[in-house]
Amino acid sequence: MKPRIPLGTELREALGMAFHAIGAHKLRSALTLLGILIGVFSIILVATAIQALQRNIEREMAQLGSHTFQIQRFPAIHVEDDDETIDQYLRRKRFYLDTARQLEQRATLARHVGVVAEVDRGEAASDYGKTPPTVSLRGMSAPAFETRSLVVEEGRALAESDEEASRPVAVLGADLAKKLFPFGSALGQTILFKGMRFSVVGVLQPKGSLFGSSQDSFIAVPITWVLRRYGRETPLSIQVQAPSQEAFPDVMEQTRGVLRQLRKTPPGAPDDFEIVSNDSLITQFRTITLAVRAGAGIISSIALVAAGIGIMNIMLVSVTERTREIGIRRAIGAKKRNIMTQFVLEAVVLSEIGGLLGVVLGIAVGNVVPILLKVPAVLPWDWALIGLGVCSLVGVVFGTYPAWKAANLDPIESLRYE
Amino acid sequence: MPLIRIRDLTRHYVMGSETVHALRGVSLDIEKGEYLAIMGPSGSGKSTLMNLLGCLDTPNSGTYELNGTNVADMDDNALAEVRNREIGFVFQSFNLLARSDSLHNVELPLVYAGVSMEERLERARQALANVGLAERMHHRPNELSGGQRQRVAVARALVNNPSIVLADEPTGNLDSRTGEEILGLFEQLSRRGNTIIVVTHEEHVAQHARRIIRIRDGLIAADEIKPRPRSAVVPIAPIA
Ligand SMILES: Nc1ncnc2c1ncn2[C@@H]1O[C@H](COP(=O)(O)OP(=O)(O)OP(=O)(O)O)[C@@H](O)[C@H]1O
Ligand SMILES: [Mg+2]
Repeated sequence: MKPRIPLGTELREALGMAFHAIGAHKLRSALTLLGILIGVFSIILVATAIQALQRNIEREMAQLGSHTFQIQRFPAIHVEDDDETIDQYLRRKRFYLDTARQLEQRATLARHVGVVAEVDRGEAASDYGKTPPTVSLRGMSAPAFETRSLVVEEGRALAESDEEASRPVAVLGADLAKKLFPFGSALGQTILFKGMRFSVVGVLQPKGSLFGSSQDSFIAVPITWVLRRYGRETPLSIQVQAPSQEAFPDVMEQTRGVLRQLRKTPPGAPDDFEIVSNDSLITQFRTITLAVRAGAGIISSIALVAAGIGIMNIMLVSVTERTREIGIRRAIGAKKRNIMTQFVLEAVVLSEIGGLLGVVLGIAVGNVVPILLKVPAVLPWDWALIGLGVCSLVGVVFGTYPAWKAANLDPIESLRYE
Repeated sequence: MPLIRIRDLTRHYVMGSETVHALRGVSLDIEKGEYLAIMGPSGSGKSTLMNLLGCLDTPNSGTYELNGTNVADMDDNALAEVRNREIGFVFQSFNLLARSDSLHNVELPLVYAGVSMEERLERARQALANVGLAERMHHRPNELSGGQRQRVAVARALVNNPSIVLADEPTGNLDSRTGEEILGLFEQLSRRGNTIIVVTHEEHVAQHARRIIRIRDGLIAADEIKPRPRSAVVPIAPIA
């Protein structure tokens, strides 16, 4: 016959008293939880910013079709920018249209092999309008529409025959088509780019903007035409699409082997090209940001430990100040356990208030990054939960000793305390 | 078997080189349902004895058996439970939580007894009404008069329906009419078989008890049993 206090009753009493006590010493509590706030703020800020950057990269990669990877001379993200490594990349052999053609033949597992060359940037004009000089000219092979996941809205994509005959025909990005032909269809019309004339055979579906600039402001023309006009040394990127996600690793392996053969890479030497896929990009991004995250983690930990010591200090003061209260509670039947709970909970509440403010502020300030990148706001709820969890832990760890002290006060001595 | 059985209880306080002997060997049996007054000059050890009886303090020597159990053998949790369920303590200095209102102060023993919220509030309100403080539920101790504080302390002691009421000068700050009302509450409890122990300086308060113990210099000087105690006026409201 030992009726225990229902947990809810005890918690409610303890929580009520915790808020009471914190409210009674607002300045002191605020200063104490400032440390927690800073610790949580810094980690949440970094987490938010990094998540926003990652979103941005993911979106950029959405340029690639599904289960597609890209082959290029330079890595997609690189941090070492000393001359030597850059030289090393520059010494790598270029890719030619021929490389892509041979790859297409030999990489039997691949579904499509596309070639893209961004060659020029300038002003485009039609009889009806003109653009700022930000339109890019892109040489594309027919399969590149698949590998770049470009969808035709009107007319047709570039065809093999355009390529073979290297016809001056063009497919326009959605934005560009609208600018140059605001009143009607672009199909069959002629556009002018740096003195070159193309007749429009297709218009693409819009893709939205990236880094604040439109992804739909380009002219796609046959790759052969571009190479003839700009020279066969023009840098190309090759994209390879696997038939399915399952086949992806095999396709990548086969492509790597074929490329090494084509480029006569000596056996045992590292690849002299980069394979970039959505996955590899994200992994690379994670590796690079690891240092930043670790740094933020260390700063946060130091701040939280310092804050924890602050909490412990203030709780010890609080216990001394409230000696009489503790005596009264003990005298009317509180057990040591009840007193313990009350003070640990008070430390946790104190810590959690700081933690919540830190999370809110961290997310608010961190979301400046997505605003600048023009990606949707991010909410790193996993980090927020971890942060709040750590706050509770700090409260428990640093609140336990003061609470233990409170619980072990002698009731009658405490009642006499002035 | 007496409800309370103490033998040769001593309690002294060491103050530097000096030792104050507050109790020098007190033996006493108190039966269940007794109404007892403890009298004696200031500093004679009355409060010290009450603290021991209330399981708040431990003696330096001697034994205290409560309901047949040696209190020295009880662990901290058991003592807390006894204080919570069996004993209602009215402290000489009230000992109310300064930051909580009357209602919460009175409700607090029920919190530690694990009583549900609605029942707690209901019983705390009733207890406050019984001491004539229905209008002062949301006042904090520093917003109450001395007598009102004393009545809050009485309400808190009685709210848990304790079988033993230990009241250290419960009427010290009260006018005679309010004092009589509090004593009436005690009398009602006594008639229902609860044990009442009251410390007082006032002869007329002691007259309500059936037994008066006089303490002098930490020793029992007299133990009188009266055949017919004086009756108190009817309380403001009957105990629920
Ligand atoms: N914590 C303490 N430390 C030192 N001496 C104490 C302590 N508590 C009580 N005493 C001493 O013990 C003696 C008895 O004190 P106690 O409080 O029991 O007296 P009392 O009979 O209740 O007096 P009053 O009628 O004034 O309340 C006193 O001489 C007092 O000074
Ligand atoms: Mg006293």
